[in-house]
Amino acid sequence: PFKRYVEIGRVALVNYGKEYGKLVVIVDVVDQNRVRTKCVIELNPSSSCKKLKLSPEFEALVDAPDMVRGQMNFKRLQLTDFKIDIPRVPKKKTLIEAMEKADVKNKWENSSWGKKLIVQKKRASLNDFDRFKIMLAKIKKAGVVRQELAKLKKENAS
Amino acid sequence: MQFHQYQVVGRALPTDSDEHPKIYRMKLWATNEVRAKSKFWYFLRKLKKVKKSNGQVLAINEIFEKNPTKIKNYGIWLRYQSRTGYHNMYKEYRDTTLNGAVEQMYTEMASRHRVRFPCIQIIKTATIPAKLCKRDNTKQFHNSKIKFPLMVKKVRPPTRKLKTTYKASRPNLFM
Repeated sequence: PFKRYVEIGRVALVNYGKEYGKLVVIVDVVDQNRVRTKCVIELNPSSSCKKLKLSPEFEALVDAPDMVRGQMNFKRLQLTDFKIDIPRVPKKKTLIEAMEKADVKNKWENSSWGKKLIVQKKRASLNDFDRFKIMLAKIKKAGVVRQELAKLKKENAS
Repeated sequence: MQFHQYQVVGRALPTDSDEHPKIYRMKLWATNEVRAKSKFWYFLRKLKKVKKSNGQVLAINEIFEKNPTKIKNYGIWLRYQSRTGYHNMYKEYRDTTLNGAVEQMYTEMASRHRVRFPCIQIIKTATIPAKLCKRDNTKQFHNSKIKFPLMVKKVRPPTRKLKTTYKASRPNLFM
């Protein structure tokens, strides 16, 4: 019935708020609503260290290499399939080592979810020239597809 | 509302009969320093024959959490006024900071018992080690291998700007 559990070491994606888009590791559970987390990676490699302090009910303790360990509400998290092996509230160093070992970053970027997010980001950051190039590429691709289709139709007809 | 913990030190003003009045110190929770001082006089009036008009606050300092990244179990003893009388209560909260636990307490008292801030007096607060916790609600998180699924996927727009009243399709709540 359930595959993704809130547990220590679960990697989650932040989908609301200041830390939007970051991957976080659940490091402890505060209560039904909140969690201690540590940010794993940023998909946009540019944000600075921010202090998290949220406290509605269901929370977790969350952590990540580039983030100060803080609380997060489960409502802001989306659990992923990945889980790393860590003790309850690990030091930053042990967390980073465990993440390197589990290779979370590469696994995430190769997963279909991760790939989709990267593509979305890319699309959002295109400039006009890029969009022009994409238009040409699309036309080319459609042309090739149509040629193949025409060939198949001919074979079928004859 | 963010509660802060203050230490307020005050005494009655020195008079001819009493050159060195006794100094009293109190630790309270309030949203700001002004309210903290006011609450200090409220309590002091109830305990000693002194008012703000014939007393002085000697110091007010904010007390900060020593370990805000460590999850602790807080027990709060309170005295509150309900519609029918005064009652004592003991409540437990899991939080990283004492101020957070106190805030949880105030909001819970308001929601569960309709008791507002002025009618609550905090008698004592303490960090409770896990073995001594009394409430099942906090004890259920004392599990080093805690694991539970999230039941419902809350579908929210990532910023409030993208919030719309009408949606094209029904949200999928399956996790």
